Amino acid sequence: MKNTALTNKHIGLGAKMVEFAGYNMPIQYSNLLLEHENVRTKAGMFDVSHMGEFLVEGKGALDLLQFVTSNDVSKLSPGKVQYSCLPNEQGGIVDDLLVYMMDTDKYMLVVNASNIEKDWNWINQWNEKFGAELKNASEFMSLLAIQGPKATQILQKLTKTDLSAIPYYHFAIGQFAGEDGVIISNTGYTGAGGFEIYMKNEDAEKIWDAIMEAGKEFGLLPVGLGARDTLRLEMAFCLYGNDINDTTSPIAAGLGWITKFNKDFINKANLLKDKEEGTPRKLVGFEMIDKGIPRHDYEIKDESGIKIGVVTSGTQSPSLGKAIGMGYVNTDTIKQNKPIFVEVRGKLLQAKIVKTPFYINN
Amino acid sequence: MKIPSELKYSNDHEWIRIDGEVAYIGITDFAQSELGDIVFVEIETVGEILKKEEVFGTVEAVKTVSDLFLPVGAEIIEVNPKLESNPELVNHDPYGEGWMVKVKLTNPSELDHLLDAASYSSLVGV
Repeated sequence: MKNTALTNKHIGLGAKMVEFAGYNMPIQYSNLLLEHENVRTKAGMFDVSHMGEFLVEGKGALDLLQFVTSNDVSKLSPGKVQYSCLPNEQGGIVDDLLVYMMDTDKYMLVVNASNIEKDWNWINQWNEKFGAELKNASEFMSLLAIQGPKATQILQKLTKTDLSAIPYYHFAIGQFAGEDGVIISNTGYTGAGGFEIYMKNEDAEKIWDAIMEAGKEFGLLPVGLGARDTLRLEMAFCLYGNDINDTTSPIAAGLGWITKFNKDFINKANLLKDKEEGTPRKLVGFEMIDKGIPRHDYEIKDESGIKIGVVTSGTQSPSLGKAIGMGYVNTDTIKQNKPIFVEVRGKLLQAKIVKTPFYINN
Repeated sequence: MKIPSELKYSNDHEWIRIDGEVAYIGITDFAQSELGDIVFVEIETVGEILKKEEVFGTVEAVKTVSDLFLPVGAEIIEVNPKLESNPELVNHDPYGEGWMVKVKLTNPSELDHLLDAASYSSLVGV
């Protein structure tokens, strides 16, 4: 099991540690519900250094990324970030990722920890045609997410870079807590606002300590992966391995908005067909009417008990106080607006399809 | 980690407290801390006579769901009525207000096979 540069910090703070994607990660420090609430109302800091970073540079960089990702990389300019996915040739998704444009012919990809090796091999395989320079920086970079309504005020104490001048899905590179070359990105996975900051491993402990200190007066708490999952699910953000995987169409997963057909890319023809003809099932958000909590892989059924879908993520929503979930449901059932049921321990519990995000930030 | 000396424990992290003709059963401090925030306790076995180690209910935490096993054979007489609206009592007071079921033992000699506080303490490594 690998450690991040901050594993000892987490252990010192008394975090409950679990193995996640091969890394020794904090699942919670004190209490999941408290940490979740703290991100929604104040601020929380997550160590997400297990995420992977690839640098893609050189003349072939743009053409390579246009071909392997679904979104339109040509829309980026230096300082912008784009959410995207890597389609495979069978109609599914190799991974979802962020694409950072650092400079002309220079990009950074941020991928899921569980997929680092798979993505690396996949992109390199296609790069033979394009000849970009690829570097896997995952082992050398740390990533902290500082999320919540107080995040900007906390971080602004530690940098001269004007954070209010960095729009959503943009970033700046500057000095932070005395360290140079820190990437300060207005992105996140919680819907609570805030930043994600990338730094060299050797700077991670110092920056972590500086942020904890700066955040004291604002009630900042360290937050584990447990609350990260409930926060993202309230926003209906997809989690790779749960809601999307090698077999799910990005169109069926509601990722049509990051699938652009004005360029050539892997499996374009089939995904265009998915878009034009519709997919037999779609990822939807639902909330439980009957009492019970949906979980990954539970079956979704109709009134007569016929299987019409499957749950991909589910939890008791801490902010909403009700059980919510996401899952794939047959498109016909969705169109007919029929009641749906989740089978929980042999019982059919009624649920209803709702618009997402589940949680709306006030 | 609290492990009261007057209780008996099972390998599945339930405790039992004998109170005259009846007994109370819940999950241990260790179990609640492993599960995390408990949001729903589902017990629909009132009136049933169940054997030792049979499932008498389930407990749902934010992140996970776990079955509840009877430490000894018993008839389920009552479910803690407070857990319907306050399941977090299991986290806050697992041996007190967070008790789960009141039972009548069918074979009290089974109690002899349960763990005492010292043995349970070594089982969970504290």
